[in-house]
Amino acid sequence: MPSSAIAAERPSALTLFLIFSRIGLTSFGGGLSGWLMREFVQDRHWLTEEEFLNGLSISQALPGVNVKNMAIWIGYHLAGRAGAVAGFTGIILPPAVFIVLLGALFSALAGHPLTHVGLAGAAAAAIGLSLSMAITAVRRVRRALVPLAMMACVFVAVAVLRWPLLWVVLGLGSASVAWEFLRLRAQDRGRAREQA
Amino acid sequence: MNRALLGLFSVFAPLSLATIGGGQATVAEIQRQVVDVHHWLTQAQFLSDFAIARLAPGPGSLMVTLIGWQVAGFWGAVTATLALFGPTAFLLYAVAYLWRRHRGALWQRALEGGLRPIAAGMIAAAVYVLLGALEGGLAARLIALVSTGLVMFTRVNALLLVLGGGALLIALQMAGLAF
Repeated sequence: MPSSAIAAERPSALTLFLIFSRIGLTSFGGGLSGWLMREFVQDRHWLTEEEFLNGLSISQALPGVNVKNMAIWIGYHLAGRAGAVAGFTGIILPPAVFIVLLGALFSALAGHPLTHVGLAGAAAAAIGLSLSMAITAVRRVRRALVPLAMMACVFVAVAVLRWPLLWVVLGLGSASVAWEFLRLRAQDRGRAREQA
Repeated sequence: MNRALLGLFSVFAPLSLATIGGGQATVAEIQRQVVDVHHWLTQAQFLSDFAIARLAPGPGSLMVTLIGWQVAGFWGAVTATLALFGPTAFLLYAVAYLWRRHRGALWQRALEGGLRPIAAGMIAAAVYVLLGALEGGLAARLIALVSTGLVMFTRVNALLLVLGGGALLIALQMAGLAF
């Protein structure tokens, strides 16, 4: 399987740095993974939904800030080591400078009542990016009892019971991966036997 | 090395390894360390930093950059940012490298297939929590739904979408239909 089936041209590390910087500086309202999916999958077609979601799963399961993990993953996937560095610096550096400036300006900004309303509206619209990504991710889960039950358990544990994510990911994550491993191994062996 | 910088590093570097499933999970621990243990900031200062981080674009965890800046100036900001984002970056790079080298291996397919429902559940849960925390009442929830439809069925630019949401809620509020 080619590592990126639909990428027509390969972006340079500099292009990636500029794209990640732009997203880092314009992603008001949060939900950065949704912004990344919009940019790399839906607009530019540099990654398939499948590739993006695989990266997202790994980024969430490994320690570290998700968005930063995702930027490294995408950068490495599209342009190797230089791409990974471009992703990391692009998503962190420009917004880091911005937040320090914003800290200095905060009192002036926060004083205006409409600022608050505008930001609430921006946050509401940004949920659209997250929700559409959630719908894509849910639709991509295999339609079978165990994966669907795993997904439901994670949702209840995190959203309703508010359990710590660390234990949810370690517990349900390893159970789910172990199940998938056994299933795939049995499938591979069955296929090998058919061929023999 | 400056003691304040060392302090910042020794608080945020271990935290970076404990951050699983998003920076939001560590906010409580950052608050405890920064306000209760080290007395770098008052509770009010911390809350104001938290609000600024939510309001700013980019990763919400950049709150630590702001804290570093307030504790020890420019190098404080650099130290805190690198401590929180640096160590796990190498981990992710290593995994991305192994991933490409072992394309199609059984363990990799098992991880992909096994983690997918976990990730889907986590993303859905995050949206659920975000929707619950949304300010602006019914109007804001409607904006969220309309925006979802626009993202899924049109090619509208993400920045325009978010700016439009902000402008629309301001307009609705002025017309007395929100808040």
